[in-house]
Amino acid sequence: MATRKSPEKSNISKDELLHYYREMLLIRRFEEKAGQLYGMGLIGGFCHLYIGQEAVVVGLEAAAKEGDKRITSYRDHGHMLACGMDPKGVMAELTGREGGYSRGKGGSMHMFSKEKHFYGGHGIVGAQVPLGAGLAFADKYMGNDNVTFTYFGDGAANQGQVYETYNMAELWNLPVIFVIENNQYAMGTSVKRSTKSPSLWERGAAYGIKGEAVDGMDVLAVKAAGEKAVAFCRAGEGPYILEMNTYRYRGHSMSDPAKYRTREEVQKMRDEKDAIEHVRDLLLQGGHATDDDLKAIDKDIKAIVNESAEFAKESPEPALSELWTDIYA
Amino acid sequence: MTMIEAIRDALDVALAQDPEVTVFGQDVGFFGGVFRCTAGLQKKHGETRCFDTPISELGIVGAAIGMASYGLKPVVEIQFADYMYPAYDQIVSEAARLRFRSAGEFTCPMVIRMPTGGGIFGAQTHSQSPEALFTHVAGLKTVVPSNPHDAKGLLLAAIADPDPVIFLEPKRIYNGPFDGHHNRPVTAWRSHPLGEVPEGPYTLPLGQAVIRREGAALTVLAYGTMVHVALAAVQEGGIDAEVIDLRTLLPLDLETITTSVRKTRRCVVLHEATLTSGFGAELAALVQAECFWHLEAPVERVTGWDTPYPHTNEWDYFPGPARVAAACHRVLEVK
Repeated sequence: MATRKSPEKSNISKDELLHYYREMLLIRRFEEKAGQLYGMGLIGGFCHLYIGQEAVVVGLEAAAKEGDKRITSYRDHGHMLACGMDPKGVMAELTGREGGYSRGKGGSMHMFSKEKHFYGGHGIVGAQVPLGAGLAFADKYMGNDNVTFTYFGDGAANQGQVYETYNMAELWNLPVIFVIENNQYAMGTSVKRSTKSPSLWERGAAYGIKGEAVDGMDVLAVKAAGEKAVAFCRAGEGPYILEMNTYRYRGHSMSDPAKYRTREEVQKMRDEKDAIEHVRDLLLQGGHATDDDLKAIDKDIKAIVNESAEFAKESPEPALSELWTDIYA
Repeated sequence: MTMIEAIRDALDVALAQDPEVTVFGQDVGFFGGVFRCTAGLQKKHGETRCFDTPISELGIVGAAIGMASYGLKPVVEIQFADYMYPAYDQIVSEAARLRFRSAGEFTCPMVIRMPTGGGIFGAQTHSQSPEALFTHVAGLKTVVPSNPHDAKGLLLAAIADPDPVIFLEPKRIYNGPFDGHHNRPVTAWRSHPLGEVPEGPYTLPLGQAVIRREGAALTVLAYGTMVHVALAAVQEGGIDAEVIDLRTLLPLDLETITTSVRKTRRCVVLHEATLTSGFGAELAALVQAECFWHLEAPVERVTGWDTPYPHTNEWDYFPGPARVAAACHRVLEVK
């Protein structure tokens, strides 16, 4: 693990590494707790866990500044935690309670925060991609230098609307970073069974959009690539594509029969590429932290996650009248 | 067998008996479908007959229309009816119009299967019932089976049909005849008479409703999951209702409907979809036009509410047996 090369590894400060560790661990523990609550019947319906992909959002958030926007698909819990949304509000939305970000009406896939510039949580594969271009258009129109991180998966990369969006984004030079979270599987269909494109980011070339592939299991590589893309967009050079090669350890959703890949494949990723273990090793071997330091962090995170779960259990169910709020036609 | 197995059986029969039939969609081949409706078909019939597509609804349907106009009989699966919207232009502007605009030179013998409806806590993007979006389009046939026996016969009829058929599979009753009592265990199809599915090929004609329960006091029109909700509601409410399972919305078996309503003189219409401009509006209009002088009460509709399908409060939104029974009683009380 420690042998993995990270760009600018020597320049990474202790604080920065600890920050990544905390943030990624928060997502992982939160998702594990969500999985437990699902198993207990406290979360129902759809629940897509982010476990394994933590380095992507944590690395990119480290490259963002206040005002930057993010929009993503239904595997959205990690994005919300990484941009600073309250774990309590996220968990309570999963349990469908009044204290949830959408007051129980949206559920796991449909949450928003204007304060954190998080534009959802979208349940339809690929449908958020044109919206991301629209957000970037608005920033450009208003003359600020914000960028929009528009996340989608390898499955969504085969949606026609992605390419309509590419064309317009480049045509109008929009400050949008298309982040393809290539976790190798569109539900049960592997990338190689859904496309013959050797890589997904290269498709942008047809529209004149630059981009690159990134080791999405390495938070430092993600951050470095994110900074480059952000600088490009802020300079008015137009859109940029980052294809994050990553991996989800859990099923597509909670009802995944997991017959499309082997246990060994998943275990190998966990053993060799785990993003949290990577940072943990850097911390320990660089002498930045001791086992006890990390245990203390683990304890803090556990408390935050437990608190969110308690809140999500205790928050009341929304009143029936809530169904008829925000209705206009 | 379950409705999933019945649908798989129908696809298996169709693939075996007609080399022009192809079955494809997202996760349909290798994975066997998100609800397992196509499990094992690729292995049995090969990768040219049953295959995966990218997540490209517009592309899937568009390619199927091309195949169909050339004489193949594609049966495509859209993973959830809620994912259909990117393909809607192809369905409306191409599939539904091909026969008319080519003056009969071309037809479009294809089936688009989609799991529909709620009751699985799927929130707004995995629970919708968009049937009215299809019945409103001239040139589409729309089928909604309510049980395994019908699902197989209707699907084989749909595949044999020379024109495009939208085949909506109520996902809540895939494994059992869910009657809206979400707190009770659902009986399995294997202990239900309509879970008995004949082997081999058979078809049920499109456009033929069936009376699921005879009654004299009022007529309840339902399809899909709501057939079971209706049966439970009138049973528990002690209501002498005639429950009609429409089975196909277009073509619609108006005769069975009007014969029943002229007899009972009262009518309640059910569906899970939202009220406004729902298919129930069409049914209510037809009933009043055809049975006006027989009616003794206004036609009532019991439907999902005019809100997006909610994540929580699903069982308030869902038109369950209590709401259905209450509507029946209201209609019966009109003097």
